[in-house]
Amino acid sequence: MIPAPFDYAAPATLAEAFSLLEQHGDEAKILAGGHSLIPMMKLRFASPEFLVDINNIPGLSHIKEENGYLKIGALTRETELDESEVIRSKYPIFTDASKLIADPQVRNMGTVGGNIAHGDAANDHPAVMLALRAEVDISSSEGTRSVPIDEFFYGFYMTAVQPHEILTEIRIPIPNGKTGNAYHKLERKVGDYATAGVAVQITIDDAGVCTYIGIGLTNVNPVPLRAVRSEEVLLGQKVTDELIKEAAKYASEDCNPSEDLRGDEAYKRSMVNVLVKRIIHKALERAHA
Amino acid sequence: MKKQITVTVNGEQHTVEVETRTLLVHTIREQLRLTGTHIGCDTSSCGACTVLLDGKSIKSCTVLSIQADGKEISTVEGLAKDGLHPLQEGFKENHGLHCGFCTPGMLMRAVELLEKNPNPTEEEIRWGISGNLCRCTGYNNIVKAIQYAGAKMRGEETPSTEPEFV
Amino acid sequence: MIRCKTSKEISGMGHSMKRKEDDRFLQGKGNYVDDIQLPGMLHMDIVRSPYAYAKIKSINTEAALAVPGVIAVVTGKDLEQYNLHWMPTLMSDTQMVLPTDTVMYQSQEVAAVIATDRYAARDGREAVMVEYEPMKAVVDPYKALEPDAPVLRSDKEGKTDNHIWHWEVGDKDATEKLFNEADVVVKEQMHIPRIHVSSIETCGCVADYDKVENHLTMYMTTQAPHAIRTVIALVAGHVGLTEEKVRVISPDIGGGFGGKVPVYPGYVIAIAVSFLVGKPVKWVEDRSENLQADSFARDYHITAEMAGTKEGKILGTRFKILADHGYTDAAANPSKFPTGLFSIGTGSYDYGTAYMEADAVYTNKPPGGVAYRCSFRVTEAVHAIERITDRFAMEVGKDPAQLRMENFIKKEDFPWKSPTGWEYDSGDYHAGLKLAMDTVEYDKLRVEQAEKRKNGELMGIGISTFTEIVGAGPSKDFDILGIKMFDSAEIRVHPTGKAIARFGTKSQGQGHETTYAQIIAEELGIPAAHIQIEEGDTDTAPYGLGTYASRSTPTAGAAAAVAARKLRDKAKKIAAYLLEVSEEDLEWEPGKFFVKGAPEKVKTIQELVFAAYTNHPQGMEAGFEATHYYDPPNLTFPSGAYICVVDIDKETFEIKVRRFVAIDDCGNIINPMIVQGQVHGGLTQGLAPAMYEELIYDEDGNILNGTLMDYLVPTAVESPSWETGHTVTPSPHHPIGAKGVGESPTVGAPPAIANAIVDALSPYGITHMDIPITPYKIWKTLKAKGVIE
Repeated sequence: MIPAPFDYAAPATLAEAFSLLEQHGDEAKILAGGHSLIPMMKLRFASPEFLVDINNIPGLSHIKEENGYLKIGALTRETELDESEVIRSKYPIFTDASKLIADPQVRNMGTVGGNIAHGDAANDHPAVMLALRAEVDISSSEGTRSVPIDEFFYGFYMTAVQPHEILTEIRIPIPNGKTGNAYHKLERKVGDYATAGVAVQITIDDAGVCTYIGIGLTNVNPVPLRAVRSEEVLLGQKVTDELIKEAAKYASEDCNPSEDLRGDEAYKRSMVNVLVKRIIHKALERAHA
Repeated sequence: MKKQITVTVNGEQHTVEVETRTLLVHTIREQLRLTGTHIGCDTSSCGACTVLLDGKSIKSCTVLSIQADGKEISTVEGLAKDGLHPLQEGFKENHGLHCGFCTPGMLMRAVELLEKNPNPTEEEIRWGISGNLCRCTGYNNIVKAIQYAGAKMRGEETPSTEPEFV
Repeated sequence: MIRCKTSKEISGMGHSMKRKEDDRFLQGKGNYVDDIQLPGMLHMDIVRSPYAYAKIKSINTEAALAVPGVIAVVTGKDLEQYNLHWMPTLMSDTQMVLPTDTVMYQSQEVAAVIATDRYAARDGREAVMVEYEPMKAVVDPYKALEPDAPVLRSDKEGKTDNHIWHWEVGDKDATEKLFNEADVVVKEQMHIPRIHVSSIETCGCVADYDKVENHLTMYMTTQAPHAIRTVIALVAGHVGLTEEKVRVISPDIGGGFGGKVPVYPGYVIAIAVSFLVGKPVKWVEDRSENLQADSFARDYHITAEMAGTKEGKILGTRFKILADHGYTDAAANPSKFPTGLFSIGTGSYDYGTAYMEADAVYTNKPPGGVAYRCSFRVTEAVHAIERITDRFAMEVGKDPAQLRMENFIKKEDFPWKSPTGWEYDSGDYHAGLKLAMDTVEYDKLRVEQAEKRKNGELMGIGISTFTEIVGAGPSKDFDILGIKMFDSAEIRVHPTGKAIARFGTKSQGQGHETTYAQIIAEELGIPAAHIQIEEGDTDTAPYGLGTYASRSTPTAGAAAAVAARKLRDKAKKIAAYLLEVSEEDLEWEPGKFFVKGAPEKVKTIQELVFAAYTNHPQGMEAGFEATHYYDPPNLTFPSGAYICVVDIDKETFEIKVRRFVAIDDCGNIINPMIVQGQVHGGLTQGLAPAMYEELIYDEDGNILNGTLMDYLVPTAVESPSWETGHTVTPSPHHPIGAKGVGESPTVGAPPAIANAIVDALSPYGITHMDIPITPYKIWKTLKAKGVIE
């Protein structure tokens, strides 16, 4: 398994990278962690003529809380996320997810930005970011624009990032109050893509009323899906088992999974139903803890 | 398209000409003739090609050689210094290998695992080597081997290596 | 505890000696086939068919030949000129090397690209343009037998259907009568899935033909180098490659498991190209090619029936098999055994009536039927008997452990003649199951399970108490293409008392370099550390049929012991001469002969060997060498008692193997550490088809999971922490009482796991599920039963 020939550059600045992308247009691909791109090139499902390796560009890898946001640089490796103290203590949803993304070696290379920018509904971070209502910074020679995650995923492998642009940072509003989050996916074996995955961020007030809820679903829809109707059931209500059941039911109805070796449509809907219940409960437990 | 790269492998610097598409595993095996690093799959599933790149375990079948330009690579050939590395010893003492094909990748992955977590639980070891497939051993003795190496590297007494039968 | 007759220094049988081969593997100094790099070596890549069944209309090689570095593209038409486009299979069927007009399965070899490096070869492969005319593939083996099915092997003169052969054993009429009259008859339809050995090293070779010397050195991933050399000589003798001009070297092998027994087209093409261009040619397949084109294993559809009494006495069994062989019968069985040793399927139970029959069919799938860590279809047989035994226990309302205890062949009834004609050598099935039950605390588990069931929790306990049959085999019945299935050992002890021994087998990770040395150490008292073992080079090793089917210890291990005993006899003669006593006055203890009653009058084996070169009795042949070709009088019959405990999530149906206790009886144990390692590994390979692995094809014959991303080889996370133990019932006919163990766990584990899962789901009325049993499959089954919405 060997890729077709291509040309390659590893610019040291974003400006150089933008210029290369503008020059090569559709023929160029950005190389970050490379663990989605290189396998596709080895199988010759993808044969880009030019690779722009952004790994030498400084300033794209960081995890910090600043101005009310958790900021994650696009080049941040999954391992760095997993080992970050701030993530471990306040955002276990990421450690839940990263443990289940591929395997340790792949996580040493794979980046958070790449996981999102690939636009694959089977990847795990899209659902997490949907639950967290992330904002995504997309930069080009024209400057930087910020796109809410809800407007980021367009279609099958299509995102808001245009060929001349680079995803540079993901910002997550720091949740306040009694808040908890969690992620889980069913997989056929460790490291597999999700049969179905669910990300939940929930905040409740002292009376147990839900003041924030985000639910994202992995690999049960052509594009990463936010379970809007499920969120609406819970928002502003005192969270009960009955309401959680209803939210789970809506999520299973609103997704649109396709049949593959992991299961048929009905099975996946059924698993979404189970998982949404479980992950809301887990997020709630964490909120109470 | 050819490019020249310079890599430091097991402490020794090499400058080699590679195609932009040359996979790191091929440079290691065929240009540098370090054939201890193996190829077992095409899809970064098996981990037989695991080496350390700047100290981090990666799958060299899914990294381009040009990405390693200017970096340090450690392969299984560089592991033994004064006698066997504690991990190599652990694998031997605990029968952590049969055919030996997955072993170099398994060892290099375990190097980083123990560096980050010097005293891992069985569960942590199992998850820690989940990117490395072994078809022979059933993993029991690989877990034991890594525990043994951990104890040795922590300066503790190593556990018994006699097979435990019920 | 295993008792050792020798000291740790000698490390004969019973010592957990650390492996001699490990140092090179641990330091990256193994020598696998892809590590071989010869001057001027060319690389070969193979163009493969995207269709399962198609006519080849044209092959255009122009663009490929224009790729820099590509020097040739070989097609079936090219090989046809040398009559090399077809080759025989081990089962006397025929297989295409490269097709001239029709492709018969997806990923079949279509053309080979030869280039100066592997990158150019791959580019060339992409540039070969093949025009196909797809035809409707025959994928379902039952449909393949329907009268209107297209005849796939129209290349065979007079072939009018897709039926390959029929086989049967046992008493059909008596069995039918029994089933008609029995109180209780149970029946299940089972499929043993199509799976793949998926050793971490794929297959490959370097064919190195020297035009000047007219000599071929073939480095290849083979478990049977000698047989391969003979086959090459038989096929290519007419072009001058006679047997003395062919050297097959099987270097270190990265796992074999039966998948490296067959001859694959890639090997043959590499030889042909090297022969034509006079340069070494390397071919190493990638993982997708390995999974998609190399021989599969299993794929038996079995209708299993058991008859018995209401009280739970087993009276008889009847199995009917449909074997899907793909487009050619390329199974790797002894020639007289088209279903391998499936007839062991009457199991560990004492009854006298059985009938088994099998029919094999062609389909548009890859060929094969290799003995994947299995002594020729024993896995299939054991699955059938152990599943149907559980089904019978369920029907009569008896605990499956108790039912087994009541039906086991008794220890004192060995040797035991099975209703299908085997003579089981020895066994103590009651002891094995009792130890397994005590270890797992069986009774407590049943109590816990009853409690859990009240709360709707799904917990299951599964048992498998199997009898294996290994060590093929006695020359009376066992041959492959006419070559009898003996195996060999040649021991040469140097003047200083250190030895080299060579064998006709070939380790692929089993640890022969250690265990064979221990056998010789046991017999001669020379420390195992000082006995070098070599295998895999046909120029130096004695002839043998290779390593598969757990045959190495039963055959070559026996040969080692017998050859060593010949040497001990010689040592005794020398000792008598040196000590000036008669041989009858001498006594042996490991490493020395001494005079009875006068232990100070002693000669060590080292002194005796030295004397064989320096001071041997007149009239005695000098030197200290022996060879033995061992022809086993019977097969050996290892057994095991396995208990598996599972917990199943009642909403997601994820299955957790909580415990798995494996008690094996492989007779006398050579190296407990290695035996235990073999059991661990085999158990994970048994877990794999039970819960994860299956090659899946769609109705057009397209493989749906031809990479390791979807062919789910278990990792350390899926694989539980195995608990192992043993009972020891020596084989009465084997020189060292050993039986072989490598395959027992692969054979025994799947039904234990399946039985546990079915047990967990039995409150829902589930009586059987086909492996692999996945959460999705459970969900579908329960949904179909209306248990879940």
